[in-house]
Formats: sequence, structure tokens, C-alpha cells
Amino acid sequence: MNDMSRLERVVETKNIKMECRDCQVYYGETHAIKDVNVDIEEKTVTAFIGPSGCGKSTFLRCLNRMNDTIATARVEGSFRLDGEDIYDRRVDPVQLRAKVGMVFQKPNPFPKSIYDNVAYGPRIHGLARNKAEMDEIVEKALRRGALWNEVKDRLDAPGTGLSGGQQQRLCIARAIATEPEVLLMDEPCSALDPIATAQVEELIDELRQNYSVVIVTHSMQQAARVSQKTAFFHLGNLVEFGETGQIFTNPVDPRTESYITGRIG
Amino acid sequence: MVQQHITSVYDRDLEAIQAHIMKMGGLVEAAIMSSARSLETRDAELANEVRAGDKAIDALEEIINQETARLIALRAPTASDLRLVLSVLKVSANLERIGDYAKNIAKRTTVLVEVPPVADSAAALRRMAREVELMLKDALDSYIQRDAELASDVITRDHEVDQMYNALFRQFLTFMAEDPRSITSCMHLHFIAKNIERMGDHVTAIAEQVVYLVTGHRPDDARPKGDTTSTTV
Repeated sequence: MNDMSRLERVVETKNIKMECRDCQVYYGETHAIKDVNVDIEEKTVTAFIGPSGCGKSTFLRCLNRMNDTIATARVEGSFRLDGEDIYDRRVDPVQLRAKVGMVFQKPNPFPKSIYDNVAYGPRIHGLARNKAEMDEIVEKALRRGALWNEVKDRLDAPGTGLSGGQQQRLCIARAIATEPEVLLMDEPCSALDPIATAQVEELIDELRQNYSVVIVTHSMQQAARVSQKTAFFHLGNLVEFGETGQIFTNPVDPRTESYITGRIG
Repeated sequence: MVQQHITSVYDRDLEAIQAHIMKMGGLVEAAIMSSARSLETRDAELANEVRAGDKAIDALEEIINQETARLIALRAPTASDLRLVLSVLKVSANLERIGDYAKNIAKRTTVLVEVPPVADSAAALRRMAREVELMLKDALDSYIQRDAELASDVITRDHEVDQMYNALFRQFLTFMAEDPRSITSCMHLHFIAKNIERMGDHVTAIAEQVVYLVTGHRPDDARPKGDTTSTTV
């Protein structure tokens, strides 16, 4: 059989957007993330895979300090966004989260209109000077979220009245309205049907033109489909991190092989 | 054409693999014609070009194998996508074999240019090669256009190639019986004829893949068997 790791593929060298070094996370006594080193490249989709409880969501949440909200969580190590330490005391987590946006597993639109859902972030960050500018920001975000054509005639309707797939795309539009540089997605499709999933995956591929996307997914096939880099977590360790094609055709670590072929879980 | 996938990058991956097949097909068509022309015009230099050119064909097959393995691993293709991916592997393997036969013809040509020609056999072989090359062209067109009818037509035409081979087989037997000094040349020429006949079989196999790709079934009738030389006395 061909050795896929020797396959000469055109791999662009990309700048590193987020650099994570010697990362540890503790929940009280539990050591949830152990010595993880990951580089998130710009304009790349990076997928985190691994069995439940392996730490992939915990690690994702470190990237925009969502773990600050958990009293027992303690984060150590260096997390740098464009070279700046995001855990520095001078960094405002709210500002950080405008740069590092997040989309969650369950679509969670605010109980407001479609328009206000998207306008919320730009408004609190003061990104628009008047109504016309805000309209423009909202339309742009909804277009990028591949939702504009479906909702342009009912922007005043409540966001919660949309279908599940539309709600999730609304949440993505909301997340990108503040022009983040990195978009974190925690199981963004697990509550969606296959068509809505495919639409969100197509959207993720488009977002890659402008952003770094980091996606946590239980579906290995989804990681294979959408990402260029894949990281496999197991028991809090980063077991393997590499080009997605290589991970899924010829993983280096036997634990990765066992997991992706359905032999351990 | 079939509808596009919602994830457009999937379509781009499938198109890229098919583009490799078409590129490979173009190289193989050129190799067939150049090897036959080098024989007819007794052009050892052209023959050597064909021999060297086979590396590019082999390299493309390798790329197709790797890209296909990657696509299967990443996209888990189903239904017509799965048939396409399976057909890609078989078509590229058949093209690679045809390329090898062209290379072998070129190799024998470099020997044959050193000895006197045998009647007009080289022209007859070139006509036979031309027929196979046209069949290959149609087979590849039918592949891209998903045209099962054209593919079925190609399958039928292999019969003509087989009959050309039968005629040449008898001709070479006669030449060798009449003049034993021509045995070396005639043996080489016979292998060349057999190579072209085998190319026709591989083209037929490609056309059968097209029928499978379009309809999901293998062609109804067994392919025509026109090579009767194995029972000739």
C-alpha cells in the first residue's frame, strides 16, 4: 500500500494565528488537559476530535477564556493570539471574545428579532455609527452566514421562530458580525439534519477565506470533510496533530488509528 | 450533469480526480499513436520518447490512487459518487496497462529498425493502433459525458480490432513459413499486434466501467470475443 505520509501534497505554509504552549487545565483536582501544544493557523479549519471527556471542548474553551466562567477551572500555560498573551491581566475577556467568536452546540438565538440577534455584538462593541451602517453590517453578516435570502423579508421576526438549521446559521452570522479573527465552534451541527449540516459545512469552508475556524466535533466524518488540520485528543492528551488527509489515511499514533477506525472510544 | 453537492469542495475534489484521468487518457492516446508511427516510419528516436514518456503515465496513476484513497477516507462517497470513485481506480489501472503496451511496442520498434521491414505490416499495425486510439478517445468522451450508449458502441467495436489481429496473425504465419529469415521480425511484429489487441480489451474494460457508472449495472451482454487465434492451427 502507498505510504500516504510521503505523499507530496501542496501544503501552503500559513501564518500561525494562535500559539498554545504547555497548556494545562484543572477542574479542582482533575487534570483535564495535559501539556498540550497546538498551533492554530490562519485561514485554516482545525478540527478537534476524540472520545467524550477527552478534553477537546475544554481546550477549545481556553481559546477565548470561556473557562474563566467556571469557578473550579484553572488554566495554565501560554495562549497567544498574534503573539499576545490572551490570559494577560490587561486583556478584557469581552474584547477578546469579539476577536475570538464562538458558536455552540445548540442553536441559542436571543429572544429578539433576527435583526437584533445579529446587531447585538456590533452594538455593544460600537462598530456602527448610525442605522445605515448597522443595516449594512447585519446584511453582510447574514449573507456570509448563508441566511440572507431566507430571512431578508422578515428581519423583524423572532430568531427563535426559525428552523434549527436556520437558527444555527443565525448564530454563526451573529458570531461573525463583530468580524472575529478566529471562530470557535463546539459541535455546531450535532442538533441539525444532514442538509442543514451540509449547508453549515459549506459555510465553514467559505468562512475559511477570512477566518481561522476551530471546530470540535463528535463526527469524525465531519472533521474529515471540513478541516485541513486535525487534532486527536485522548484522556486529556493531544495524541496527534496533523494534516487531515494524513490523519485519516495514515495516522502515526496507534491510538489515533484505533479511534478513527472505531476500535476504541 | 448531476446536481452539485451542497459542499462545493466535494465537487472540486471529484472534478480534480477526473481531470487527472483525462490528462492520463491524453498521454496514453498520444503514446499509442506515437509508438505505431515510430514503427511505420522506423523512427527510433520517437520510439525512445514513447518509452521515456511512460513514466509520466505511471506517475499520474500513482497520484490518482492517492487522491482517491484520500477522497474515500475524507468524504465516504455513496451511490453515484461511490461508483465514480471505484470507476476512477479501474479506469486509471486500465490506462496504465495500455501505456505499458505502447511502451513495449516502442521497445520492439528500436529492435525492428535495425532489420529489413516485413512487407507493409507496419502500415497495417498503424491502422489497427489508430482504431484502438479512436475507441479510447470515444471511451473517455463517454466517461466524461456519462454516455452509456457511446460506451456500448466502443465495446462492440473491439470486435473489429480482434479481426484485424486474426488477419495479421495468419499473415505473419505465412511470412515465416515462406521465409525463415523473417522469423525474428515477424515474432516482434506479432507481439506488437497482440499488444494492440490487448489495448483494445483494456479500452473495452474502460467502456464497461462507463456503463457501470451510468447505470449501476455491468453491461448486459458478455463482450464479443473475436480473437480466434488461440484455436488456429
